[in-house]
Amino acid sequence: MFALPANKASRSDIEARGHVKASVRNATFAREALSRRDFVKISGVCAAGLATASAARASEKQTLDADRKGVLVDLTVCVGCRRCEWACNNANELPHGELSDCDDQSVFDSRRRPTSIHLTVVNRVPGRDGAAPTFIKTQCMHCEHPACVSACLVGAMRKTAAGSVIYDASRCIGCRYCMVACPYQFAAYEYEKALTPQVKKCQLCQSRTSRGELPACVAMCPVEALTYGRRDELLKLAHERIDCNPDRYVNHVYGEHEGGGTSWLYLADRPFTELGFPELGPDSPAQLTETIQHGIFKGFAAPIMLFGLLGAIGKLSHARAAHTHAVQTEKVTP
Amino acid sequence: MTRQHSIDASRPRFFTPGVWVVVAIALIGAAALLARFIFGLGRVTNLDNGYPWGIWIAIDVACGVALAAGGFTTAFVAHLTNREEFHPLVRPALLTAMIGYTFVALGVMTDLGRFWAMWHVMLPWMWQGNSVLFEVAICVMTYVTVLYIEFLPIVCERFIGRVRLPGALRVLNGPIDRLLRALDAALGRVMSVFIILGVVLSCMHQSSLGTLMVISGAKLHPLWQTPMLPMFFLLSAFAVGFSMVIFESLLASNSLRFKPETDLLARLARFIPILLGIYTIAKVIDLLNRGAGFHLLDGSRASVLFIIEFGLGVVAPFIILMVDRWRHSARGLFAAASLVIAGVVMNRLDVFLLAYTPTIETRPYFPAPAEFAVTAGFIAMIVLIYRFIVLNFPVIERLEEVRA
Ligand code: SF4
Ligand code: SF4
Ligand code: SF4
Repeated sequence: MFALPANKASRSDIEARGHVKASVRNATFAREALSRRDFVKISGVCAAGLATASAARASEKQTLDADRKGVLVDLTVCVGCRRCEWACNNANELPHGELSDCDDQSVFDSRRRPTSIHLTVVNRVPGRDGAAPTFIKTQCMHCEHPACVSACLVGAMRKTAAGSVIYDASRCIGCRYCMVACPYQFAAYEYEKALTPQVKKCQLCQSRTSRGELPACVAMCPVEALTYGRRDELLKLAHERIDCNPDRYVNHVYGEHEGGGTSWLYLADRPFTELGFPELGPDSPAQLTETIQHGIFKGFAAPIMLFGLLGAIGKLSHARAAHTHAVQTEKVTP
Repeated sequence: MTRQHSIDASRPRFFTPGVWVVVAIALIGAAALLARFIFGLGRVTNLDNGYPWGIWIAIDVACGVALAAGGFTTAFVAHLTNREEFHPLVRPALLTAMIGYTFVALGVMTDLGRFWAMWHVMLPWMWQGNSVLFEVAICVMTYVTVLYIEFLPIVCERFIGRVRLPGALRVLNGPIDRLLRALDAALGRVMSVFIILGVVLSCMHQSSLGTLMVISGAKLHPLWQTPMLPMFFLLSAFAVGFSMVIFESLLASNSLRFKPETDLLARLARFIPILLGIYTIAKVIDLLNRGAGFHLLDGSRASVLFIIEFGLGVVAPFIILMVDRWRHSARGLFAAASLVIAGVVMNRLDVFLLAYTPTIETRPYFPAPAEFAVTAGFIAMIVLIYRFIVLNFPVIERLEEVRA
């Protein structure tokens, strides 16, 4: 037997009958512990688990439509009127007050971030050498290969074929790993709710766009700083604008490649790092973890091999011990 | 195998003045826990959108999992490489792992905003195979079950031949006893599979715990952020597993007043410097490889944290355990084990909290009183349960001798 040590029997007890018992015990282990049958059984269970897991994985394979949508934000156009904030709260049935409240400039005094009751916020970054300030609308970036989707263990975050990253509260367990994963950290959480908190973020007005309407913020923007459309066309448009006005823009469309690309794209008149945009490589943060994870668990090969290896070690060492004990017992017993 | 085991009058009492203090901490923790479930995370914690994870994840879960590693490291050494001499250490380590992981699960549940939906993790149509957290969750759940199965023989041993239900229930004594005997026999036959499974599951989730923070990218300081995190976590789990066994064994012999098994522990301690050595080499190569080493000299908070973590938790115990005389003294062993434990705790805290900077810094996170209370309360409960089981079940061999 390969059981836990028999430490309830007194020491002398073990010593008196120990060798014989131990040899029996070890021999039994050698024979039974990792019989082929057991091993096959276990491998079978693992393989079944693997099959389900990989089936689940296959269904999540990124299927991005060629005509997936996005929004282009031209920061050189935005005047910081914050009408988009109001429209967003209105469309998402969040507290919004009067439209005239948007004229309150004091909110610009501190840098704000999206919260559970403001899915989008506009910040002001002072201009260089007395130039006009830049206003930056922020919201979930709707990544092409979203870290939050990759992180969520129950599939509550999903990248739709249409381009948006949407959240399904009915699956969510509230672990907030999606927030840890998001490179922009724009997802917010309803901490004040005791029982039914949700992760709150821009859903790219999924309900409106599916009816053929524009996202609320885009529809509201009085200066057309926001353009909704196919992502590939937006990129073309962005590069056209840069090419036609090389003095007006830096030659960089933020979101084209950042973190594997995003559905929200930004144009600006100065480097994005100056505006507080995070510097991200061309790969999604999810790329690396998925590679590590799938590398280790591919086909459950590593765990199964480890199981086999440990079994073999156990079998060998116990067989050897059994042998030694048998020899000893022979010598001791007349 | 004889089943005689007498719980006689000489056994240590459960309640001592110190234990009452622990009970008080546990009660305060329970009250804070209640407040969390009534008022929600927002009212009792300092978590926010910048710091979605606080000490409940960093200490209760991340450190908890690491410090419960004694279970699988001892199981490996004692059972799989079949070293009889280490068998006395297996049961206490198993017990620590079992209680530890139970509280890891409780810690997770406390932190989950929608805890009532926790079972979604078990529904195949909810599974998201790309998620590292999914892998950790499934592994930990399976491993807790395995730990309980591994503990069952101890329960059988405690009650076989000694089921004495009072009054009318007496008729059940016979059947229950037969049931326990059957269970014990059946378990004996399959236990090897569970022990191996336990080691495999541990290796899987101990390493994945490290993979967990890789996705946080630049938010984790470059001194820690590396694709090698899973390997570092696994190596340090091995090292801290052995250290916990030594630490607890010395603590138990002190508190329950029997002679420490210094020789045995010294033999177990030999593994630690080997592991720390491999860890150090890997760490240096990784830092050089990623060109992150220069952060060590920039005098930032992160560099200080790293130097303390590495100096105290890796270098110092390595030196102590390399000196034969120190390794064979209870004091040297205790110091080295404590340092490794402190180092691993600090490492998990750094990775999950202290070296983590949100993209948009809101306000720095400092745990709220209720967060401290819950964490301290959990630790107190672990101590109480451990003490209760050790005093009532055949777990520590020397204790039996003290009683006899
Ligand atoms: S797309 Fe809709 S949800 Fe997103 S910021 Fe605009 S209005 Fe708000
Ligand atoms: S910006 Fe953040 S929340 Fe939005 S899709 Fe990307 S990772 Fe998810
Ligand atoms: S908080 Fe919800 S959506 Fe986010 S990772 Fe956890 S379960 Fe998924």
